[in-house]
Amino acid sequence: MYRYDEFDETLVKERVAQFRGQIARRLNGELTEEEFKPLRLMNGLYLQIHAYMLRVAIPYGTFNAKQMRMLAHIGRKYDKDYGHFTTRQNIQFNWIKLEDTADILEDLATVEMHAIQTSGNCIRNTTADPYAGAAVDEFEDPRIWAEVIRQWSSFHPEFSFLPRKFKIAVTGAPNDRAAVRVHDIGLTIKKNAAGETGFEVMIGGGQGRSPFIAKTISEFVPRDNLLSYLEAILRVYNMLGRRDNKYKARIKILVHEVGIEEIRRLVEAEWENLKGETSVDLPAEERDRIAAYFRAPSFETLADTDTGYEARRFEDRDFRHWVRSNVVAHRQPGYAIVNISLKPTGGIPGDISGDQMDAVADIADAYALDSEIRATLQQNLVLPHVKLSDLPAVYDKLAAAGLATGNIGLAGDIIACPGLDYCNLANARAIPIAQQISDRFADLNRQYDIGNLEIKISGCINACGHHHVGHIGILGVDRKGEEHYQLTLGGRADDAAAIGEITGPGFSADGIIDAVDNVVETYLSLRQDPAERFIDTLERVGHTPFKENLYGPKAA
Amino acid sequence: MSLKAITANRLIDGIAVWLTPAGRWSESVYDARVAEDADSLTAMEAIAADATKACTVVDALPIDVKLEDGLPVPTKNKERIRALGPTVRLDLGKQADRLGKAA
Repeated sequence: MYRYDEFDETLVKERVAQFRGQIARRLNGELTEEEFKPLRLMNGLYLQIHAYMLRVAIPYGTFNAKQMRMLAHIGRKYDKDYGHFTTRQNIQFNWIKLEDTADILEDLATVEMHAIQTSGNCIRNTTADPYAGAAVDEFEDPRIWAEVIRQWSSFHPEFSFLPRKFKIAVTGAPNDRAAVRVHDIGLTIKKNAAGETGFEVMIGGGQGRSPFIAKTISEFVPRDNLLSYLEAILRVYNMLGRRDNKYKARIKILVHEVGIEEIRRLVEAEWENLKGETSVDLPAEERDRIAAYFRAPSFETLADTDTGYEARRFEDRDFRHWVRSNVVAHRQPGYAIVNISLKPTGGIPGDISGDQMDAVADIADAYALDSEIRATLQQNLVLPHVKLSDLPAVYDKLAAAGLATGNIGLAGDIIACPGLDYCNLANARAIPIAQQISDRFADLNRQYDIGNLEIKISGCINACGHHHVGHIGILGVDRKGEEHYQLTLGGRADDAAAIGEITGPGFSADGIIDAVDNVVETYLSLRQDPAERFIDTLERVGHTPFKENLYGPKAA
Repeated sequence: MSLKAITANRLIDGIAVWLTPAGRWSESVYDARVAEDADSLTAMEAIAADATKACTVVDALPIDVKLEDGLPVPTKNKERIRALGPTVRLDLGKQADRLGKAA
């Protein structure tokens, strides 16, 4: 894992002291709310429905047991003993007091954490594949480059007041688990014909009220030139992005209106000016210095399997099911990737109590190499490096903490934004819909039979619940004071990324649960065999049979 | 004009509050002063503006309310949730305090 150097440490400490002063000036009236709001947002502090909300950055979703314990401490001391993992690999606390915020940031700084650039029109937390460094299909660890981007983009003076927020995602594997095609910039590490490492660079993806799949602006940017190329993109966006209308200010709108060819021409021209001796591109020794932080942990030489683990899998059905859905093959023989579902049946997606945070920290300390933990885009957690022989103990301890739900990638693994229960922007509640769907599909055997199914729910068009890229997407709207829900089908955020299509008229809060059930039953009746996933059946048969079953033959 | 109350967030901790007949800010919507006409609302908005200037509250704004058993209750979903707490965590927010007091 990356460790702060003296520059990081100084920067964060200075920022905490600066914000402490700004809070004091706000409370004594020297700063108006209009003056203070952009300052607090740059420190991750929002004013929501019930109180202030603090969003804490987890760079590329990678953290450790010590940091998790600090998050538990923050929840206990300053909030209401829980936190909420988001779809951006961050964590939010919903009941924060302004007067406590500087102390919280000071506590976070003691474990190399902060809330810098978790809001505002700047480059936000760069996200990455949660299986980085562990996945079988990985080509190169994306965290090295996410960290390079973090260092380049933190407090970047030219890009602190962009037309709108800006999100970058990196993957080092062909199977995209970082949703790179729905980010402002998506990066996929690849090799060219000469065997050199570089990036496919995609721009203009995003969700919100105008969803777009990113377009490839360059098939291959040499890794040594990544930062100058990113700088060229940001510079073109900063100059041409619209500032007159916040709904048209994201780079996706610029790419859509100007066209990818013209944007490419402008970026390439800017890039020519930025390359060379004075460029921001990293010298090889600096790149290697950062890469050294992400060297593989000290794996033991182990057999491909373990007899104790195999015996437990044979004897214990619940353990076997949990392994099937939550445990993923590791690149190192004798190890596994463990997913921890934060989606118990009927629970609130992404929520975790202080005790559960401590339990995960204890488990990571005991069984995860380097005590490493990851936060995922799906609002779950990952222990990236666990010995197969330790899986029974990990499972038992997770189960004791209420964290062993075996539903990763299944109908119960629902993404939901905080919605109207917490968020000032929301038009409808998202969490109760997730809970009711989760209850409807509570039978894990039914979930296993249905197979991979991604249900994603947003409480407003800003799409924090990623509904556009859900196999089944649900968008909450306000219709004359009543909560109403639109249904979309066919979205996906993987390497075949697509935006879902609206099925037709929306549904009431009760009706949407039946509608999801209806869609699932239609799939089960149409699939060729249990191996054909929902998304594959939908692509094979089209939307018509699903619409007919939802609305009747004429509606389709 | 529909009945109105003035709500805001307390600056120091962000807690949702409502302007009372005494010109103070209460954490309970049931304590809210209700404006039945434009003049009354204008007077309440002036008090809220002073409180904003004094750094007592932020984001003060009028909301629609109705009277239930003589007590003001917000008519819109969002304001109802602000007045009670998250519908998915009845142990949190103002509803929890009330349940606690009732118990």
